[in-house]
Amino acid sequence: MSDLALDRTVDRSHMSVSDKVAIEISGMNKWYGAFHVLRDINLTVYEGERIVICGPSGSGKSTLIRCINRLEEHQEGSIVVDGTELSSDLKNVDKVRSEVGMVFQHFNLFPHLTVLENLTLAPIWVRKTPRKEAEETAMHYLEKVKIPEQALKFPGQLSGGQQQRVAIARSLCMKPRIMLFDEPTSALDPEMIKEVLETMIELAEEGMTMLCVTHEMGFAKEVANRVIFMDAGQIVEQNEPNEFFDNPQSERTQLFLSQIL
Amino acid sequence: MSDLSFVRSEMLEEKAPPPSSVGVVGWARENLFDGWFNSILTVASLGAIFFVLSAILPWVFSPTWNGTSLNECRDILASAGGEGGHGGACWGVIRERWIQLIFGFYPAELYWRPILAFILLGVSLSPILFAGSVPGKLIWLSAVYPFVFPWLLWGGTIWAPFGALLGFVFGYGAYRLLAPVIGGLGALIAAIVVPIIWWLVLMGGFVSFMDANLGIGIEAVESRKFGGFMLSITIGVVAIACSLPLGVILALGRQSDLLIVKSLSVGFIEFIRGVPLITLLFVASTLLNIFLPPGTSFDIILRVLIMVTLFASAYMAEVVRGGLAALPKGQYEAADALGLDYWKSQRLIIMPQALKISIPGIVSTFIGVFKDTTLVSIIGLLDPLGLSQGIRANAEWNGIVWEIYGFIAFMFFIFCFSMSRYSMYLERRLRTDHR
Repeated sequence: MSDLALDRTVDRSHMSVSDKVAIEISGMNKWYGAFHVLRDINLTVYEGERIVICGPSGSGKSTLIRCINRLEEHQEGSIVVDGTELSSDLKNVDKVRSEVGMVFQHFNLFPHLTVLENLTLAPIWVRKTPRKEAEETAMHYLEKVKIPEQALKFPGQLSGGQQQRVAIARSLCMKPRIMLFDEPTSALDPEMIKEVLETMIELAEEGMTMLCVTHEMGFAKEVANRVIFMDAGQIVEQNEPNEFFDNPQSERTQLFLSQIL
Repeated sequence: MSDLSFVRSEMLEEKAPPPSSVGVVGWARENLFDGWFNSILTVASLGAIFFVLSAILPWVFSPTWNGTSLNECRDILASAGGEGGHGGACWGVIRERWIQLIFGFYPAELYWRPILAFILLGVSLSPILFAGSVPGKLIWLSAVYPFVFPWLLWGGTIWAPFGALLGFVFGYGAYRLLAPVIGGLGALIAAIVVPIIWWLVLMGGFVSFMDANLGIGIEAVESRKFGGFMLSITIGVVAIACSLPLGVILALGRQSDLLIVKSLSVGFIEFIRGVPLITLLFVASTLLNIFLPPGTSFDIILRVLIMVTLFASAYMAEVVRGGLAALPKGQYEAADALGLDYWKSQRLIIMPQALKISIPGIVSTFIGVFKDTTLVSIIGLLDPLGLSQGIRANAEWNGIVWEIYGFIAFMFFIFCFSMSRYSMYLERRLRTDHR
């Protein structure tokens, strides 16, 4: 696994972890049928944290972050996001979803809408923002991810890296307080991985609370303030990145790191 | 330096392709005479086409337009050198009866009404079919047209379609009033119940009251005078227009997590698809009268319309379900993750894509429904095929077969082929994936 070849040093001046709780997961269990996919997850995320979740495939890391905006339902325990507890109450679910942005492995842009329409759809229909204002916000974020000239194209006309940056901009247009990344670079070519990571780093530099499921260990070392290692549906080890990579405690973590680094 | 080494010293200029591979000659070589076997096939196919056309075309181009009976046609053909009745078509029957084949027994002095209705149909469809290239305000005509259309065809007091329209207004009003008070679902139920009560209980009184006090109306025409292509198009258009939204609702119902909604949808779809249309039409024409309270007169065309619509919507539901199944799960997840609720994500994300995928299937169903309207001739409605039996039984035209059926087939072909071409145009216009 390559290290992140960054042309500049990461600006840490705004990366500060507050003592306000953003996400509180306690005693959470989830089953797919009879398969126990998440086991007794306890995790407190503070505002401004940049957490990288790693682990072998099938360890439940994607399922964990998909539970945070209830793309998956948990059966036991509680998840409280920004003071709202996730339950079967759809109002709470929609409230959490509009405040938590999510970026998917396969981008999941809407192919029948232009890039600009992809970005303005949720602000207009969920937040009831006037169209003009929504378009201005959208252009602002497109400039931020450095593709304003693609605004009127369709997603199918863009490269994978550009599509993923549009997907990040689409989430940002909802002005989320928390961003979830579900393997955002796993479907991309190497040079495109770099442009997407660059965008994510800029986001981290502005103090966004981020949870990233990723195999980019360079990103974890440079940006994360906490690395979580999951295996068999449970959190096996978590630590600061330096400690985590240099001095892993659990045997399972040591084995995993020896295989990917 | 090894033998594998090669360095180009100057770049090559662009050259024109050889003349035998471009233009008409190149095209013919590539597509018609590509090798000896394909050349033989080309010549043989041309021969076969020539043979068929040389038999059909003289029959089609026969000088019998002015014949007033089959015998007269035969005389004209004989004097023109043909060998009796079978050497040419007898087009006199079309000249004499084409108006009947189009309007049935609709009163001749009122032909302007169906003509106007179908012109307005085209105008009010245009903002839906060619969105973006006609003025958007026309959509208001499209919204009112479903009430204008039956009024123009059947006539009668204007208060009946107005009352029907009021039902929708009341339903919408009930939703807007009650939604803040009792929540979305309760308001939705009220928005369905209120108009139904209005239509079934109150509207009759309202219509007769308004008619007595302020009678505005046009001459009424009974359903049994309807016929010909006017009837086919009426049934076809109504069934097509109603079956698409019904089919979408059924397809969504079939995918629903709510057990009762799901079982009702599956039950309806499977029952309707498992029964021949002709059976449903017989139910409409005979059985329904037995179950309805005595004295209720329930228009036969209306009954047929309901049956054909239900039949088409069951097929439509399965076509739409295919489109839904073809959508990647990520589209639902992305819509959810942005905080869109079920109906908004269906309307803005899922349906536009699912319907686009299903365009060929949807249009096939439309075409099938339109052609199935000819089945109403079996329960005694006078669609073009029903009329043709009357014409063929007529003493002057007894013995005519090909001309009438050919004409009817040709008319159906025009409509169905237009639909097919339109669907191709629509697919091209909506193509955004740039594969």
